[in-house]
Amino acid sequence: MTEQAAADSRDVLLRVDNLVKYFPVRTAGFIQRTVGHVQAVDGVSLTIARGTTLGLVGETGSGKSTLARCIAGLIPATSGKVFFDGKDITNLPRRRMAPFRRDIQMIFQDPYGSLNPRRRVGAIIGDPFAVHKTVPAGERKRKVQDLMERVGLNPEHYNRFPAEFSGGQRQRIGVARALALQPKLIICDEPVSALDVSIQAQVLNLLADLQQDYGLTYLFIAHDLEVVRHVSVSVNVMYLGRICEAGPKNPVYETPRHPYTAALLSAAASADPEAAAARQRIILTGDIPSPIDPPSGCRFHPRCPKAQELCGIEEPPLEGKAGDAATHLTACHFPVAAGEKLATAGRREQA
Amino acid sequence: MALLDVADLTVSFPTPDGVVRAVRGVSFRVEPGQTLGIVGESGSGKTVLTQTLIGLTPGADITGTAVFDGTDLLRLSEAQLRRVRGARISVIFQDPLTSLHPLYRVGWQIAELIRAHQDGVAKVSKTEAQQRAVELLGRVGIPRPERRVDDYPHQFSGGMRQRAMIAMALALEPRLIIADEPTTALDATVQAQILDLLLRLQQESDTALILITHDLGVVADIADDVMVMYAGRVAEQGTKHQIFYEPHHPYTKGLLESIPNSSVASDRLRPIPGQPPSLINLPAGCAFHPRCGYVLDRCVIEEPEPRHVGTEGGQISACWLPAAAAGVGEAAEELREQVVREGRSGAAVEVAQAIAANPEVV
Amino acid sequence: MSITELNWQAQTVEDLAGRTIEGRSQWQLTWRRLRRDKVSMASLAVIIAMILLAIFAPAFASLVHHPANTAYPIAGESAAGQPVAPGTNGFWLGTDDTGRDLMVRVFYGARISLFVGIVTTAIATVAGVAIGLIAGYFGGIVDTILARFTDAVLAFPYVVLALALAVVFGPSLTIIIAVISFFSWAGIARIVRGQTLSLKEKEYIEAARSIGAGPFRIMFVDILPNLLAPVLVLATLYIPSAVVFESTLSFLGLGIQPPTASWGNMLAAAQNFYQTAWWFVLFPALALLITTLAFNLLGDGIRDAMDPTTERLLAARRKARRGGAQ
Repeated sequence: MTEQAAADSRDVLLRVDNLVKYFPVRTAGFIQRTVGHVQAVDGVSLTIARGTTLGLVGETGSGKSTLARCIAGLIPATSGKVFFDGKDITNLPRRRMAPFRRDIQMIFQDPYGSLNPRRRVGAIIGDPFAVHKTVPAGERKRKVQDLMERVGLNPEHYNRFPAEFSGGQRQRIGVARALALQPKLIICDEPVSALDVSIQAQVLNLLADLQQDYGLTYLFIAHDLEVVRHVSVSVNVMYLGRICEAGPKNPVYETPRHPYTAALLSAAASADPEAAAARQRIILTGDIPSPIDPPSGCRFHPRCPKAQELCGIEEPPLEGKAGDAATHLTACHFPVAAGEKLATAGRREQA
Repeated sequence: MALLDVADLTVSFPTPDGVVRAVRGVSFRVEPGQTLGIVGESGSGKTVLTQTLIGLTPGADITGTAVFDGTDLLRLSEAQLRRVRGARISVIFQDPLTSLHPLYRVGWQIAELIRAHQDGVAKVSKTEAQQRAVELLGRVGIPRPERRVDDYPHQFSGGMRQRAMIAMALALEPRLIIADEPTTALDATVQAQILDLLLRLQQESDTALILITHDLGVVADIADDVMVMYAGRVAEQGTKHQIFYEPHHPYTKGLLESIPNSSVASDRLRPIPGQPPSLINLPAGCAFHPRCGYVLDRCVIEEPEPRHVGTEGGQISACWLPAAAAGVGEAAEELREQVVREGRSGAAVEVAQAIAANPEVV
Repeated sequence: MSITELNWQAQTVEDLAGRTIEGRSQWQLTWRRLRRDKVSMASLAVIIAMILLAIFAPAFASLVHHPANTAYPIAGESAAGQPVAPGTNGFWLGTDDTGRDLMVRVFYGARISLFVGIVTTAIATVAGVAIGLIAGYFGGIVDTILARFTDAVLAFPYVVLALALAVVFGPSLTIIIAVISFFSWAGIARIVRGQTLSLKEKEYIEAARSIGAGPFRIMFVDILPNLLAPVLVLATLYIPSAVVFESTLSFLGLGIQPPTASWGNMLAAAQNFYQTAWWFVLFPALALLITTLAFNLLGDGIRDAMDPTTERLLAARRKARRGGAQ
């Protein structure tokens, strides 16, 4: 079955329902008062079909990392639900979450921070075996070495420390650790952002191979649009805690309907000078607002080239727009029409 | 005459484990008003190169020359360098949060810079310097500069802080700005704003810009000329068009092929196998040969010197492949394969087998 | 080039030379750097010498035929009843106020001092690390209670407690060890708590939680190894404090009682003899000084050996100063 068909068939492995996560902002001192909330994730719903990759794109303050951690159960959600394989795993206490931890794993962004520098690599990769007691101590070494080989590491380096590996190799160690318990879903939080360009491709290929071999499902979070396009089947674009556009990747990339998506795509630096010169440049004004005090109505409206009065009052629902595929959803009152040039656009003249 | 002419620059660091040869014989020129993009990954030496130009590498062994506007920067004393820094050459760093002093107001920092460089001939008063700071903040697109000038760095967002750094870099109207990964820590939309700003300012004031980055997209956007560095040496130099569309050096080609590119849709990327080498223990011959798909016997023994390649002129590559083997066309590829067939019978065979055996990891 | 990249460069050199390495742990690297530091090596030698002298004190006593607690009123005292000078009558360092061999007693004092120093530091370290870890990791109400308790202990005047205990139970070695341990763990706990608070935020701890590791596993398998380095430095610097602490208590009469030799009580007795028998004051004091100095220098050395960044910075500055203008 092609990836697209799998996505459409709605064999859903992960479903998130209106997830909200607010962090309280407290005054300092012995008795603390809550003076506000960081509205990191403000009502996000999404689904991931089994065996596919959902790409989650967003900039700073979009809430994508917080969302990932809520799904993984590392942070308790303020409200909303997370369903894994049909079961409700929202805010489960540690013991009841334990069996799900085998099925949901994470790969982290920082190859230098996500591995304990004082532990040997074999111990790090074998940690899941020890914690869940699935493999007796005598057999662990062999299993770990199998994993190391699978991800492209030399199994003889079992007793080395993370400091003795390069960034790309450390990410592979992280991947091996995530694979140990044969999970169903792997949440990849910017797994290649901190790596050199030529190593990124190695790790991306590895992730693709593993997905094929083991039937893995990925939630792939990144800020690099080209990388996301390469790995994903479906894409969700987040802005300031909400999803502004979602759908299969080709429609979203080729005919973005939300002005933010269009701006993001125009800002994506492509390694092609002629394409770079020719593309529509949508330069947004201002900076990303703080999630403590987000704008009213549509959160993007203060920076949006198409904003009108309605946008500051009413939050647009995430829904399909006329002329789009059923699965292409946009949260915008005045979506971008095909071929439309946005107000601040214009070809840049080379001097 | 070139604004900056660097010839055969070599920088080494003695460490307890051996000598780290960070930069090995790099030569390049920057013309007034031009933008040079220096591209490289970790260990390429790009940051050490520019830090050495302005004297920020104490304790290093440095040889070669770097003539800026008639003076050799490498022969200047610390006092002389201080007069050059900020005034004639300014630097924009990657993380503006750590390069701006957190305890002083932004406007004050800019004003202080202006006043510190006065020559005694034209004394700039505090008010005038402050005025200039406000002007500069406005020029870099900070809204309501007369109010923001009294803010502290932590009150600025990431993009605004970078703009403030650019304002500081422009304050004394330098002839050359060195920007070291200026947008790497920024979001995509903010990055677009900053690049746009840099280009506009540069065109307004005819300042030359050296932009160091690992992001080929940024270079494709605003550079005129491009220099690709690998393991402390220049792998390839040329105009933007030549580097992106007619690459000669296999490393350049490899980089371009390993980036996900919407115009070339495929399931698998073509990464460069292996890792960048240790700068203490470099491979013999060409530093890139253990990872090169076109390795020849000669490459294992002799390190190639940069020479002219390609059809237009001005393109330089440090590679043993013939000068005509540039670009991604069929003819060039056939030429390469022919040379490989003829030139690979000894040591290179093993290297090629090692790469083929484990294409992802060498 | 970042420090991390340079570090990685340095550590991969060995396998290019063809040697297979098990994995160079932090300890091996620290030891390598420590070996090159002459001051630390000298201090280590002094400490080892002290320990050997302490262990072999009885052997030494029988060598010179002067048991530690035996007074020699004839050979060991002058006509006026004063201690004899070093070198007289076979007393290498002279005698004390009751004619006992000073040198033998100094060595016996080392036994007490080193024993107390090491045992109390060990107890304090174990207790301090455990409490600091738990307080730092769990946070919340657990942290509040433990942290306040730690602060209270730090603020408490130890002399008063020692005095009270000495009055009630009579002064003894056990009292000393109890008192010193009780007041030492708090300083360690406070530092460990601080370290734990910052380590808790590291990504690899998050990774451990994402695998499903429970809090105790995380504390002891993931956080503790990262604490060992600063704790080792701390412990090495606490030993001399404990030694001085014991000497102080013994000096005040609250600790080791004569005739058992302790540098503290020897100094107490020597107070009145500083004009007439300078050796009686000097040698116990010197022993105390040398021991504490050696541990302090070694502790500093270990701390520097664990932090390679400082070394490179210092080397670069030295080079720059030598090089001058290029």
